[in-house]
Amino acid sequence: MPEKIKIALGQGATCSGCDIAVLDLDVELLKLFEVADLTFAPLAADIKYKDVEAMGDGEITISLYHGAVRNSENEHIAKLLRKKSQIMVAYGACAAFGGIPGLANVTTRSKILDTVYEQTATTVNPEHIRPQTHYVSAEGHELELPELFEDVKALDDVVDVDYIIGACPPTRDMNVKLLGIVLDFVQGKAELPPKGIILASERTLCDECPRQKPDKVFIDEIRSVDYTELDPNKCFLEQGILCFGPATRGGCGAKCINVNMPCRGCMGPTAAVLDHGGSMLSAFTSILKVSSAETEIPEEEIEKLMAKLRDPLGTLYRFTLPKSLLKRVVKEV
Amino acid sequence: MKDTFKPKIIVFCCNWCAYAGGDLAGISRYQIKPYFRVIRTLCSARVDPEWIMEAFKLGADGVMVAGCHPGDCHYIGGNYRTRRRIALLRSLLRQFGLNPQRLELAWISAGEAEKFATTINSFINRITELGPSPYRKSTVDTQAAGVSKEVVDA
Repeated sequence: MPEKIKIALGQGATCSGCDIAVLDLDVELLKLFEVADLTFAPLAADIKYKDVEAMGDGEITISLYHGAVRNSENEHIAKLLRKKSQIMVAYGACAAFGGIPGLANVTTRSKILDTVYEQTATTVNPEHIRPQTHYVSAEGHELELPELFEDVKALDDVVDVDYIIGACPPTRDMNVKLLGIVLDFVQGKAELPPKGIILASERTLCDECPRQKPDKVFIDEIRSVDYTELDPNKCFLEQGILCFGPATRGGCGAKCINVNMPCRGCMGPTAAVLDHGGSMLSAFTSILKVSSAETEIPEEEIEKLMAKLRDPLGTLYRFTLPKSLLKRVVKEV
Repeated sequence: MKDTFKPKIIVFCCNWCAYAGGDLAGISRYQIKPYFRVIRTLCSARVDPEWIMEAFKLGADGVMVAGCHPGDCHYIGGNYRTRRRIALLRSLLRQFGLNPQRLELAWISAGEAEKFATTINSFINRITELGPSPYRKSTVDTQAAGVSKEVVDA
């Protein structure tokens, strides 16, 4: 019996759904623990940072870091795991592209703190207390809190990342494949794949979508998923539902589509584009209410038509704002 | 600031109308301020929204997309796509915190040399008024287009 490999599950700014996604391996978990030890996983095992700090460099075989990097503690874990691991994986949409926490880049650190510590209706804070990174209590206890960063970052903005796995969270099939890749490498059966995005298709989700594909898709009216009875066989866009399939990388097995929900883009953009939102913007504007009367519509009407997409930034960059070209919102006026 | 600020402006011109119009403006010796750089594309609809965002990311103070007049597109309907994208992109850029006036859409035919000159000049004036883009990394580099010498391989 060869020595077991070591796995770490690092947490950044995360909802921990990715931890649960690993547990979703169910019976495969038994296979996993036959060959692997969980050396660090705050959600599942009581192992402290100092235990990881005491490990040798490269001692951990593979680290799955999930969550974005938005405070000094996240950054510390990211750098620590990078140092101690042979393979570093940005696991899930937040680590890969910033994800939902990345939407904090629409505002600033000080505005976030203002909201949380002053402005919400239930906040009572007459002394205007704000979190301090260092505090010494009257009894002399020293306490440290991580510092919140101005920008939310993806993992590869902070450390060198070997593999990027999108999806929110990565599916069971992806995890099984990942396990296979690691096992083959450890047992010397196969080389590791080249660095970069793995376990994903090079094509868009539309390519693997099981629904009927019309020759030309048009949206006649934007509808909300909540109030529309959806035909499970028809293209979402045709039914007026904004589906990110045309701009999003496939490889997730069209899980949402199969349960009658549109794609929201958690697999990120394909390698052919620089900006997920820009890619979807092109697709969306080209199919909204296109008719033979296009030449008759004055420019103001076009603007009104395009305004039907509410909150373009939040919709188009739901998972990828920190990895978009402009990265964050600035304030000019 | 306004006296010394020399904006950087990217102008995407379609091959068939706006670029030819620009050509004619040059031949006709219309005076245009030297703060713009032209990128020729086959059609204004070839201008991917991400190129415009990349231009802003790289420090452009303004971006103009110029194509054929509606109905005159060499590819029949390309410019109708362009105006849709620009319309949504403007509201997106507004959300990103940029003044949407930094993105301009213009229709210039191959014969409209004067319109080319006046459109570019007034856009340059507008951007000069607005000042440097907040996405500019530094405002120190205010050299005008074409003034810096290109690096020549030894």
